[in-house]
Amino acid sequence: MSPPADSGTGPLAIELRGISKRFGAVRANRDIDLKVARGTIHGIVGENGAGKSTLMSILYGFYQADSGEVLINGKLVAIHDSSDAIAAGIGMVHQHFMLVDTFSVLENVMLGAEGNALLSHSAAAARKELQRLADEYQLSVHVDSLVSDLPVGEQQRTEILKALYRHAEILILDEPTGVLTPQEADQLFVVLNALKERGVTIILITHKLREIMDVTDTVSVLRMGEMVSHLNTRDTSMSELAELMVGRKLETRNYHRDEPLPADTANGIEVVDLGVVDKTGKARLKNLSFEVKRGEILGVAGVAGNGQSTLLEVLSGIQSPTSGHFIINGQQVSAEQPINPSQMRQLKVQHVPEDRLKLGLVKSFTAAESSVLGYQRADRFNLRGMLRLSTIRAACRRLMEGLDVRPADPNLRSASFSGGNQQKLILARELERQPEVLLVGQPTRGVDIGAIELIHEKIIEMRDKGCAILLVSVELDEIMSLADRIIVMYEGQVVAEVNGRDANKTQLGLMMANAHQDPAA
Amino acid sequence: MDALSGFFAILDATLRVSTPLILAAMAGLFSERSGIVDISLEGKMLASAFAAAAVAAVTGSAWLALGTGILVGIALALVHGFACITHRGNQVVSGLAINILASGLTVVLGIAWFAQGGQTPSLGSGARFMPLELPLAEAARSVPVIGPFYSDVISGHNVLVYVAWLAVFATWWVVYRTRFGLRIRAVGENPLAVDTAGLSVSRLRYCAVAICGALSGIAGTYLSTAQNASFVREMTAGQGYIALAALIFGKWRPVPAMLACLMFGFLDAVAIRMQGVSLPLIGEVPVQAIQALPYVLTVILLAGFIGRATAPKAVGIPFLKER
Repeated sequence: MSPPADSGTGPLAIELRGISKRFGAVRANRDIDLKVARGTIHGIVGENGAGKSTLMSILYGFYQADSGEVLINGKLVAIHDSSDAIAAGIGMVHQHFMLVDTFSVLENVMLGAEGNALLSHSAAAARKELQRLADEYQLSVHVDSLVSDLPVGEQQRTEILKALYRHAEILILDEPTGVLTPQEADQLFVVLNALKERGVTIILITHKLREIMDVTDTVSVLRMGEMVSHLNTRDTSMSELAELMVGRKLETRNYHRDEPLPADTANGIEVVDLGVVDKTGKARLKNLSFEVKRGEILGVAGVAGNGQSTLLEVLSGIQSPTSGHFIINGQQVSAEQPINPSQMRQLKVQHVPEDRLKLGLVKSFTAAESSVLGYQRADRFNLRGMLRLSTIRAACRRLMEGLDVRPADPNLRSASFSGGNQQKLILARELERQPEVLLVGQPTRGVDIGAIELIHEKIIEMRDKGCAILLVSVELDEIMSLADRIIVMYEGQVVAEVNGRDANKTQLGLMMANAHQDPAA
Repeated sequence: MDALSGFFAILDATLRVSTPLILAAMAGLFSERSGIVDISLEGKMLASAFAAAAVAAVTGSAWLALGTGILVGIALALVHGFACITHRGNQVVSGLAINILASGLTVVLGIAWFAQGGQTPSLGSGARFMPLELPLAEAARSVPVIGPFYSDVISGHNVLVYVAWLAVFATWWVVYRTRFGLRIRAVGENPLAVDTAGLSVSRLRYCAVAICGALSGIAGTYLSTAQNASFVREMTAGQGYIALAALIFGKWRPVPAMLACLMFGFLDAVAIRMQGVSLPLIGEVPVQAIQALPYVLTVILLAGFIGRATAPKAVGIPFLKER
């Protein structure tokens, strides 16, 4: 749509002309043009499912384009498989690493580029070359360690070394920082800049706009399979990129209610001295006490693994508490009076689980089947043990239309939907039951910007209907914009409580590390 | 000295009995390390045993028999490969089909060609692999312990027994010391990594499966032209499965797998020796109980003592490139 940005004066390393690719009815890539100058870092952004990975898979020979041309260094090349891509000087670091876990770093790097039929010869040569690469690009790895023993950052460096060992002049990185700690990500960017200085061309696929702004020279935006914009990074901004990705203006919303709830509002959840000790004897939750009023959102903040997951499982009836009790929608639950998730559902306590693929749906089920999980015994769907399939499908289609689940096809396998659409389907299923208490875990993990907005709106809508909502999330922005009150969990305990309106990130960050009461501060 | 020579006789039998197991286990190792489950070792051995015996009976040449046995093994392996690699079929089902096919076809063809109720004609010594006297075997006999061990246990086997030993070493060398071996191990662990490294997953797996076929072919040939002098219906009698068990036992590594085969072979040899022997306190043990012993032990050992066997990660999963 917009004219290609002037991507420097240098010769082009990559040029794509009119690339199109279809998967059945889905047009993953539509007539895509792309120019990347040699020795630059080019970012490609887009929402999940916009076609970024498909485009790069075509470039690496994983898929064949239905039409279009690929030019590398100005020469037309046909890339039928990975070996063609490697021969053309393209290396790829996949989102899920392509490493053999039981092999050492050395063996992984050699694989497919051994040179000699005897390993001893190839290993000696590879060892020397790896040392040289490590020195040149600050890519230090433990050459003889098993890959499975290495931290993720080092596994990623192994992937980069694999590409460089094959003399890659073009390096494609697919969502490289998704699995890295912030420190590892910084280290990666140092490496990428070093590579760029040596003339390597880098394509960085990501949905993290900050990274684009920090390290790229030029950037392209993909939306629903089409290239909508090519820009020089220094001429754009994060908000402009976000709008281009989503295709409309995004407002930062303040969802907080104007007036506080009346003081005598009834509690939806009341937790008293709740404790959970797991089978190994480790205390997961310690003396937890809090309440959630009807029409209130209580945000639970904390670094992942500080008891939030256990809290959700206990409140939804998956686990029983070992001490203390809680009253949820009028029903008391304790070690002596346990409850199961199905009874919870009848109590109008609905749960949108943290891990949607594990607890939310069954990947190999159709969307229609997943859309009745937990409710398959309801008379609506069940005729004396026989499923009423057409009713289920019709109900699923209604759910899909209600929350804009795409594609709205109840017969599609659950696994074929993007993360955001899976989440919308689960949310729709639970909201359909008009919950009076809603437990939500990580509602927007791995969900596109567009869908996040919709999910937030739905949660607010439930709040306004008088539902008591417990929201667990590792995204502080999410908690701060939605929650009326925020509790912070640390090692199974509530260490702080703040008002949602007054919360700020630094303060919450300190609380999450339990460093806010440091006497020296 | 009598106890010692008795013990040596058992060891001697152990080697003879475990040879087909070792060959089949090495065959399975190539296939499974490349990611293809192979329960059709049994069927491949059986078909090769029949083919070898039939060729030996007609031509009188043991070496021609061996060649035919290997070819038949490879042919069946390629059928398995075609089903599992090219068409991504279920590997257990394909293996079972081959076993059933071999079991039926050998008998049918045997009756049609030789009219001896499914057996092949008895082979003369020229058409079989006969025991070889190793150099110095007689001279060494006078040396205490080591001498008889060399002449009674090590020497005096047919050439295929020594081939089996060689196969273990060769398998180890190929799998751990060569480029091909590295690729085979990689393709059984993470075929996607192999594909993105620019190698063909199918080609590697076909190669592995073909080697598996050739080794099972040697194992089958051994049964009908070396250990015995004719093909008898169902003569593999589950040895393909025992070899598979030994492979799992040895955690898909050549030397441990061979040791497991030797253990099974030893139990078998002891069982043969114990028949009709009266034990103190117990008295004479029924033949059937002794014959069942190796299998009972297999079950116990497999269930309890193997520990965590980590199979090649991609074994049994068809490789599908497009998501």
